[in-house]
Amino acid sequence: MAEASAREHDTLISDTADAAEHAEGQHHPIRIYLIVWAWLFILSACSYLVDYIGLQGYLRWSLILLFMVLKAGLIVAIFMHMVWERWALSWAILLPPIAVLVFVAIMAVEADHTAITRMNFFAGGG
Amino acid sequence: MAETLTSNGTTHQRPDGLRGIAADWSSDQRAFKNVSWGKAMMWVFLLSDTFIFGCFLLAYMTARMSTTVPWPNASEVFGLHVGDVSVPLLLIAIMTFVLISSSGTMAMAVNFAYRRNRRMTVLMILLTALMGATFVGMQAFEWSKLISEGVRPWENPWGAAQFGSSFFMITGFHGTHVTFGVIFLLIVARKVWRGDYDRGTRGFFTSRRGDYEHVEIMGLYWHFVDLVWVFIFAFFYLW
Repeated sequence: MAEASAREHDTLISDTADAAEHAEGQHHPIRIYLIVWAWLFILSACSYLVDYIGLQGYLRWSLILLFMVLKAGLIVAIFMHMVWERWALSWAILLPPIAVLVFVAIMAVEADHTAITRMNFFAGGG
Repeated sequence: MAETLTSNGTTHQRPDGLRGIAADWSSDQRAFKNVSWGKAMMWVFLLSDTFIFGCFLLAYMTARMSTTVPWPNASEVFGLHVGDVSVPLLLIAIMTFVLISSSGTMAMAVNFAYRRNRRMTVLMILLTALMGATFVGMQAFEWSKLISEGVRPWENPWGAAQFGSSFFMITGFHGTHVTFGVIFLLIVARKVWRGDYDRGTRGFFTSRRGDYEHVEIMGLYWHFVDLVWVFIFAFFYLW
């Protein structure tokens, strides 16, 4: 009984301490934002150059994806402070989008099948 | 950061890593230990928005992969003529840089807000809003140009009809997000300017006391809008 009330007390205090913690907020030196900002500019210029130079095929697609992932990673990690959050939050937010990737795989297979069926049909095979 | 004061005055360290996830989620208290409800809810909202944009891009992928009609060349469709030279994707490139710049000023605004520098916070938020409005303006220009060239959700002069429907749906939804972002940026800027977050004035909508964390939460939304553009730029314009 005493232990239970002590634990309750504990809970109250730890929640207050947490509130004080988050009141501090995400406080980081301006320098790091400026560096990330510069990198986002560089990476955007790179991905634009992929089109400007006119790269084609797998090189084009892999470079587009590479620059995209790097930019997205920098924005989420630094600008949105994800690297400084506790894993309980970051995993809760970052894991579910994997479901979208599974969906992409399913629909890629489906679209491929649709395309083959259509080509077959339009070629007179029906 | 992960320290907690217990009732007998000693501090105990919250475990980090995977053990930390298990401890936080099974603590029989709130799962997000040092994150306020407002920030957690913004993240949950952004996650749901991720699924929405994910499904839009997914629909676009499916349409583009399964059509037997050639897909219009985005590089030419979105090109602009500067004098006699045709520059591919020029407007889109400018829009990308404007949006990334606005993300940078938003990050600055969050930083200044936690330093309690009201003047700079307001200035940075207003700059962000200005660039957001510029982005929407350029998008309106792009839409008008394409519509005048005959692009419709059901047809276009260059190839697969789904090009128009994907384009209007994806960029339209993103532009709407930017527009609402600008409106909320202006509201937050006004609140910072009046000192609402110093006094903890209650908000007009939730009736809860505001504090400078609102600027960070606003920032999360704005960075997300920029994040979505990164994917649209890669998949719709460059691919």
